[in-house]
Amino acid sequence: MSVPLLHMSAIAKRFPGVVALDGVDFNLAAGEIVALVGENGAGKSTLMKILGGIIPADSGAIHINGTPVTMRGPGDAARLGIAVIHQERELIDTLDVAANVFLGREPTRGGPLQLLDRRRMHADAEQQLARIGVQIPTRTRLGELSAAQQQLVSIVRALSMNARMLILDEPTSSLTSTDAERLFGVLRDLRRSGTAIVYISHRLKEIEMLADRAVVLRDGRNAGTLARDAISHDRLVQLMVGRVVDRASPRVEASAGPAVLRIERLRTGRYPDVEISLDIHRAEVLGIAGLVGAGRTELAEAICGVGPRRSGEILLDGQPLAIHSARDAIRHGICLVPEDRRRCGVVGAMSVRENVTLPALWSYARLGLIGRSAEASAVRRMTTALTVKAASIESPVATLSGGNQQKVVLAKWLALRPRVIVFDEPTQGVDVGAKAEIHRLIRALAQEGAAVVMISSDMEEIVAESDRVAVMHDGRITGVLPRSRCTPESIMQLAVA
Amino acid sequence: MTRKDLGVLLLFVVLCVIVAAASPQFLSVANLQNVGRLVGTYGIFSIGVGIVIMTGGIDLSVGSICALLGVLLSMMLVEWGWPAGPALAAVLALGAGLGAAHGFLIARLRLQPFIVTLCGLLLYRGAARYVADDSTKGFGTGEGFEWLRAAAAGHVAGVPMPFVILCVIAVVAWLVVHRSVYGRHLIAVGHNEEASRYSGVRTGSVVAVAYVISGLLAAVSAVIIAFYTNSVSPASHGNFYELYAIAAAVVGGCSLRGGEGTVLGIVIGAALLQVLRNLVNLLDIPSSLDFAVMGAVILAGAIADQVIARRSRRSLVGRR
Repeated sequence: MSVPLLHMSAIAKRFPGVVALDGVDFNLAAGEIVALVGENGAGKSTLMKILGGIIPADSGAIHINGTPVTMRGPGDAARLGIAVIHQERELIDTLDVAANVFLGREPTRGGPLQLLDRRRMHADAEQQLARIGVQIPTRTRLGELSAAQQQLVSIVRALSMNARMLILDEPTSSLTSTDAERLFGVLRDLRRSGTAIVYISHRLKEIEMLADRAVVLRDGRNAGTLARDAISHDRLVQLMVGRVVDRASPRVEASAGPAVLRIERLRTGRYPDVEISLDIHRAEVLGIAGLVGAGRTELAEAICGVGPRRSGEILLDGQPLAIHSARDAIRHGICLVPEDRRRCGVVGAMSVRENVTLPALWSYARLGLIGRSAEASAVRRMTTALTVKAASIESPVATLSGGNQQKVVLAKWLALRPRVIVFDEPTQGVDVGAKAEIHRLIRALAQEGAAVVMISSDMEEIVAESDRVAVMHDGRITGVLPRSRCTPESIMQLAVA
Repeated sequence: MTRKDLGVLLLFVVLCVIVAAASPQFLSVANLQNVGRLVGTYGIFSIGVGIVIMTGGIDLSVGSICALLGVLLSMMLVEWGWPAGPALAAVLALGAGLGAAHGFLIARLRLQPFIVTLCGLLLYRGAARYVADDSTKGFGTGEGFEWLRAAAAGHVAGVPMPFVILCVIAVVAWLVVHRSVYGRHLIAVGHNEEASRYSGVRTGSVVAVAYVISGLLAAVSAVIIAFYTNSVSPASHGNFYELYAIAAAVVGGCSLRGGEGTVLGIVIGAALLQVLRNLVNLLDIPSSLDFAVMGAVILAGAIADQVIARRSRRSLVGRR
């Protein structure tokens, strides 16, 4: 067998508290399209970040054409002919196409001023675009192009750097199906001319159509590789989830009480063409599963008043609510534990005490002045009940660990006795011990009668902690599974629809 | 008292000792009264601007507001013969109203604070010159509004009124910023507007009210300054006051990024600047240099602050 273009062997990488990659092998030959598949958190992005020189591996080796290489930064990767095209393109909207293609290595006319050689830039950019058979005027500002065209500009930029290996991370997530088709055409042409392509996607149909090989990762390890003829939707799903999920605490099916919160024909800003209807019952944990970008966060934010709602009704106990802000939702007892803790969950520079009482300050105040001792003792009660570990309630929240920060967010809402509480990725970035405690708190909330919604990309968490699971894909709910039918396979089938 | 406040206070005391040692005149009653009056006058609007800075915004309009309201106050009292009470009420209401307009543009229409208040700076200066016909306005013999003049420019037991008013306002502002629900929301919005919104804080109103406070305090200062100078020339009255205010707030521990700062710090900051000006005066340093001295001292303070912060961070890391 000939030496592959790229050979990554036994790559390992651990982050504080998690093993992201545990001895992964990955090969790539010139002129092939390899799909890289796995659940959220399976290690795909980490592997590609290592290949792109963005982060170093802890151990393992990378060979290119049989020669071992070390990469100290993205610059090294680019010199070796590796180009990563991210979901968030690192291009500049206000510059034109040619300027973006040559950003950071602009041709100059020399001399002391290093004046830009604009003519050469445009000529070269045009030539590169023609190479992949795309017609985009090089003087158009990038911001005026469609998402698909911008994607093509990223690819052209990579090719103009003589990339031999192209890594595409969810390239079609913001494209229409026609645009995606055109992208596939370009990728097939590139394959013919010998470029190696790594294609990361949650859309299994695309992989069936496009890939020569599919490499599946699970929990930071190789779960299997499928050759072109063996790639099928079912086989991929099986490899992605193929673990036995331990159901330590089997619970009886929650008796479906009346719906506390009813969502009717709700449309979010991100998926304006999709209407969502959903019932959430008293004393249940409704899990919402789906892959990144399925529209789960947008749904949560629309319910809780922090994100845009195009249309649709939110009914609490059958009464339609006018929710236009987080404040409105909170007044009705609908609270959100957001995904991005640092940006939306806590005010990091403020103390535990100040964070916990932020939504309910008026209840500690007389004539607008805060009763400090009442505030402090209430906060102490909450933090003790939730076992928040902090030097004192006066410590800035930013100095706490992820799990304890999350408990502070929870404490903030528990003081309000919420009717409905929505968790968005409640245990992301939280260590194992705190994770179990947060699960216990979520369960306790439901037992006290709250309607709990739990969005999670952690399949084990969804299966173990939910009474029912709604699965989302591309903005719509593709199915609601009762507890008895919640298995990783059945959820994944709906998530990749 | 925060550690930062203590640092500024220490700097202030050291500066006072130096000036007193260099010039015995510093501690004379007349000089202390003069400095006290200036500290009061500048301190009042500095608190307003400082509160705006705590939201992460900026207010460049206070100098021009002083000029416009000073001109209008003179015209109301002298030319239009208004009684002192309504004239005072009108001036304060106008100040708060201009602040509310800034707040609306910034919080509701999402314009940048720098641009809104820069336009205010230009607009009100022009308006002041236009309504006054570009001529200096005064208060004549002051018949009919003696009490207002006394309240703004007089003394209580030898203490100049502006300083007394500053003390009262500082106490109220301290309660509002450090003890009230509004103040907590103000600091939260300044640190992290997004998380505050997610917690149900009305972030827009919080920000807008800060500008109203700033406009109102600028109006209070405008009355005091107008009676102190006793003549208001619309082209130069109040020039650079916004910069004094920003400097006082920054010296006093506010961060232009928002969230940081205390009322006490701002007041000490304002006092420190006035003692510096006094120093230039007393030590026979050419008065043309007074801005340069202020600039140099503030810069030195900022550098020291940064160096100390970096060193303490490093020792923290070292201990780990």
